[in-house]
Amino acid sequence: MNIFVVMKRTFDTEEKVEIKDGRVDEEGAEFVINPYDEYAIEEAIVLKEANDGEVTVVTVGDEEAEKELRTALAMGADKAVLLDTEDLDDEVDHYTISEMLAAYFKNQEFDIILGGNVAVDDGAGQVAPRLAELLDINQLTTITKLDIDGTKATVERDVEGDVEVVETELPLLVTCQQGLNEPRYPSLPGIMKAKKKPLETLDLDDLDLDEDELEAKTKTVDRFLPPEKQAGKKLDGEPAEQVEELIKLLRTEAKVI
Amino acid sequence: MSKNVLVLAESKDGELRNVSFEVIAAGKKIAGEGSVKALLVGESVASFSEQLIQQGADEVLVAEHSDLKTYTTDAYKQVLLQVIESESPDALLIPHTSSGKDLAPRLAAKLSSGLVSDVVDIEEVGEEVIFTRPIYSGKAFEKKSVSSGLVFATVRPNNIAALEVDSSRSGETKEVSVDLKDLRTVIKDIVKKTSGKVDLAEAKVIVAGGRGVKSADGFKPLEELADILGGAVGASRGACDAEYCDYSLQIGQTGKVVTPELYIAVGISGAIQHLAGMSNSKVIVAINKDEEAPIFDVADYGLVGDLFDILPILTEEFKKVKAGA
Repeated sequence: MNIFVVMKRTFDTEEKVEIKDGRVDEEGAEFVINPYDEYAIEEAIVLKEANDGEVTVVTVGDEEAEKELRTALAMGADKAVLLDTEDLDDEVDHYTISEMLAAYFKNQEFDIILGGNVAVDDGAGQVAPRLAELLDINQLTTITKLDIDGTKATVERDVEGDVEVVETELPLLVTCQQGLNEPRYPSLPGIMKAKKKPLETLDLDDLDLDEDELEAKTKTVDRFLPPEKQAGKKLDGEPAEQVEELIKLLRTEAKVI
Repeated sequence: MSKNVLVLAESKDGELRNVSFEVIAAGKKIAGEGSVKALLVGESVASFSEQLIQQGADEVLVAEHSDLKTYTTDAYKQVLLQVIESESPDALLIPHTSSGKDLAPRLAAKLSSGLVSDVVDIEEVGEEVIFTRPIYSGKAFEKKSVSSGLVFATVRPNNIAALEVDSSRSGETKEVSVDLKDLRTVIKDIVKKTSGKVDLAEAKVIVAGGRGVKSADGFKPLEELADILGGAVGASRGACDAEYCDYSLQIGQTGKVVTPELYIAVGISGAIQHLAGMSNSKVIVAINKDEEAPIFDVADYGLVGDLFDILPILTEEFKKVKAGA
């Protein structure tokens, strides 16, 4: 079985965000595998263990993303591929990224592609469904359970809290939701093995792409921080007194009840 | 200064979702002299048409088919592509909901179009439409536009106010013929976990619990309070990890990002991860026994004490308020 994971290197979710010169300041920040992509990597490894086959993790980015690719290899993926954005303009968007991924996948044989349902930095969740469309394969997003039997996939999806049980055929792209599995930590032997596993870097030439075809379809005009929230009032007294004060404030000051 | 805007309305459990009215309002902001057409998709949805017109739609398109009863990517994509082909809208707005998130990027890829996802505000600057959207789960915001071609965005529920109902409005309702083929997803079952409950994304009031709630049973007083307020129950990652509740309730950078009018954080310490998901709520109330908990830094009103003492009293008082109102 040919199993692929599309993943993204993101800001650690506990990092504080600062804006500098219209951009999010990445100086000194911790980076991690996008948490939702960790579910995808874990599920891919579970699939491989159950069905035989090979897990390839693919990311679009610069050489810094090699660290996160190595982490995925240490978790148990077999191969890693970096689609290098070095030749591109600063402003890339979901169109750019998905076209690069599609160019890569057009030369691969795949049964299933897994990704996170959203990246916690940008929060758009566009790339995976765009990729499925460009490859003309079916997609199931926000999955919480995956069973594959031959070419048949039975999947549970989280649809705003309800569970949808669906069936479809491979090839398929899925995006993973929390609750799907518990991602493993890389083991020490895993980390040692990962150093020797193949990590391939492909640039635009290798993908037979031209910079002009990849120009972003959207542009960012501004980035800014929300107004700082002022700490409010701590209410005094016994529980009953605090509650009484709260109700009064919600009615007269906040006017929400 | 005029654009013809197509918006997708969404219904759930036999009712229009509020976000349908919000996308119409969003469409009005950019239509100028142009029109806002609302598209209804489903098995039997034509009866919603009048409501959409009263909330600002100039025309309603209805696409009905038994295969459209429940959302699937293939079926809805085909309908949208057919309608886009026949209507050639200048702008397309889709709710940023479970189905909208699944559908919009696929359409954008098919149309080779830009797409701005999860929009919370829209403004028109000259001819250009500028969208505001949260990034890093609301720790920051960005303003984006689509460079050329179709102006395409998904709109987050609960952020752009719907227009007032105007029952004097009238407009045409047009049936759209749909031709569906090669549907690859078969829906076997839908397990309703949220029936009768308010959707977190659209809730005006959220009562959320953290580790301080201590057990699944500990969530019962939160549910009771949420019911009184007509709100929804949410949770922190800590509470979900500890299996006090389902991950579908998780609010935070991983989990849902919510913007209710009133957010009541109960036994939640307020890790950055959680704050990212709720700090843009309009009014935040925190109940925690640890006076130093970081949740108090973002709370408008803080109650320091044992949540199991405070909640029952709070619920009783809200009952009185609701009864008296």
